[in-house]
Amino acid sequence: MDLYEYQAKDLFAAHGVPVLPGHVAQTAEEARDHAAALGQTVVIKAQVKTGGRGKAGGVKLAETPDEAKDKAEAILGLDIKGHITRRVLVTVASDIAEEYYFSFLLDRANRTFLAMASAEGGMEIEQLAVERPDALAKIPVDAIKGVDLATAKEIAAAAKIPAPVADQAAEVIVKLWETFVAEDATLVEVNPLVRDPQDRIIALDGKVTLDENAGFRQPAHADLVDQEAEDPLEAAAKAKDLNYVKLDGQVGIIGNGAGLVMSTLDVVAYAGEKHKGVKPANFLDIGGGASAEVMANGLHIILGDPDVKSVFVNVFGGITACDAVANGIVSALGILGDEATKPLVVRLDGNNVDEGRRILAEANHPLVTVVDTMDNAADKAAELAAAGI
Amino acid sequence: MAIFLNENSKVIVQGITGSEGSKHTARMLKSGTTIVGGVNPRKAGTKVEIEGQSLPVFATVAEAIAETGADVTVIFVPPKFAKDAVLEAIDAGIGLAVVITEGIPVHDSAYFWAHAVATGNKTRIIGPNCPGLISPGKSNAGIIPADITGPGKIGLVSKSGTLTYQMMYELRDIGFSSAVGIGGDPIIGTTHIDALAAFEADPETELIVMIGEIGGDAEERAAAFIQENVTKPVVGYVAGFTAPEGKTMGHAGAIVSGSAGTAQAKKEALEAAGVKVGKTPSETAALARELFAARG
Repeated sequence: MDLYEYQAKDLFAAHGVPVLPGHVAQTAEEARDHAAALGQTVVIKAQVKTGGRGKAGGVKLAETPDEAKDKAEAILGLDIKGHITRRVLVTVASDIAEEYYFSFLLDRANRTFLAMASAEGGMEIEQLAVERPDALAKIPVDAIKGVDLATAKEIAAAAKIPAPVADQAAEVIVKLWETFVAEDATLVEVNPLVRDPQDRIIALDGKVTLDENAGFRQPAHADLVDQEAEDPLEAAAKAKDLNYVKLDGQVGIIGNGAGLVMSTLDVVAYAGEKHKGVKPANFLDIGGGASAEVMANGLHIILGDPDVKSVFVNVFGGITACDAVANGIVSALGILGDEATKPLVVRLDGNNVDEGRRILAEANHPLVTVVDTMDNAADKAAELAAAGI
Repeated sequence: MAIFLNENSKVIVQGITGSEGSKHTARMLKSGTTIVGGVNPRKAGTKVEIEGQSLPVFATVAEAIAETGADVTVIFVPPKFAKDAVLEAIDAGIGLAVVITEGIPVHDSAYFWAHAVATGNKTRIIGPNCPGLISPGKSNAGIIPADITGPGKIGLVSKSGTLTYQMMYELRDIGFSSAVGIGGDPIIGTTHIDALAAFEADPETELIVMIGEIGGDAEERAAAFIQENVTKPVVGYVAGFTAPEGKTMGHAGAIVSGSAGTAQAKKEALEAAGVKVGKTPSETAALARELFAARG
């Protein structure tokens, strides 16, 4: 889960990383009140989970509370790369002497963590990595030893942080590591990490990604989910413990196993090229045990998507037997009753497939078509979706 | 031969008394795996009856090894306890630890991997969040259904469980030396490259099928490895061409970040290394079949 800047900075502050005082606002009036309370020149920053806010007009300076209100009004509602701005952060403006870059992240290739740091911050990291690769230090971090002050000093030196503030930067790096570990983060990024004219090191921005697998030991993280910004279908699916991602096509997809479902989306997209360009409408992995209840919940979510014109159920019976899946589909259609209005293409293979197909044939449901291979079933589902447009 | 697992493998199950552990212990036994016991400190000294066998439950992995000579452990313990279970397996010096558990925090996986490295890599780790591996007709360590197909000359390595099953099914008439599910987490023990190297060295394997998916650059690195080190024919498949940027697709590691980790980049890297890549699982199987028929 990616966090907003203000949430990231709250975590930073909780772990002793220096940040500037600020408050989040949902209305222009709130922004004015926050600016008045801070009592100095402020920066109004759009809170969206994407980069390039400054260029998009999402970051503005305001010298008075009234100006803060006007600027917040201009920023709230702003569309930044498809993200609508619902909140702004009102924070005191800082004088900047130098800008640095710092992050901790996963290093999948080496199966450990990585510190990335540079004395040349401010620009996008992808750009820095391409244009000034020598200026970006990449230092592997041992997951057991972690980052103590000595290691942090090595990182600061490798990043060529100037000597007068290197020790201070190292102390901040240790605190950022503490944030990374204590919060089960997979990314902690500060860009820019600034040196102000008084030689203080401050995290001026913050980007944090949290590991959702750690939810069982991070109960506070549930409060960081932005319910409002969630897709309503994704939220409904999550409430039913379903692994669902909304996409923008017309063929609803249900399958078992993440890999097989990803593959199903691709196969449907290829098939769609011949059928008015229809595309998969969603990712939905119902996992190993495709019970009637799970199948009904899944179908309910997918049929709640008004764009869906047909549904493709693609199951390989590995641990789950196909007869159980077939029974699940038949019962699910019974549970849904009149709600089930879109044609269903079903492809079953694997464990007990003959019995599974027999059950579906016997049920003879008017909406269900059974097709024997994944490719042919995808083609049929795409054809039916195209006919429904 | 086969890789990592064979008819001599002696398997224990960590979490044997749990519902998943006992269910899959029964399935593994049914498919001919030699299971010599299980581990659960709270039930140490008791026996569990599974598939007509009476299996001893030990307090620790070390004790299980000392009593039975076990060299493989299959781990089913819940995410909360998985890190300690893997650390225990490593400290006991077992040769192979297959971590089936899904949902382990990545900081825990990074920790036990670092511990394995720091203690000299004596334990091969497969997973986490994987279906395990099967050497058909010999042994089955994990949850891969044993009845899809039998022994043969194809080696399979895959990030995905159900795509492993699908591919084994498509190529069931040829059969497999071993099929290894390496898992869909961002940090995993055994990689595509490890499996490719083992298949290259395995005289029973004559063709390799490699299944990847979006996220990270494991497939790109595997492609470079194939170009340099693999002489056997390799057929590839990559899932997730239609996955949107920034969304996790089921597997914790299956995410396109910016322009990194796309299926297209992986496919291109594999093709540049001379690997034939199928557009769909069935096309991939057809390519494998063709190359298998044409092999020298």
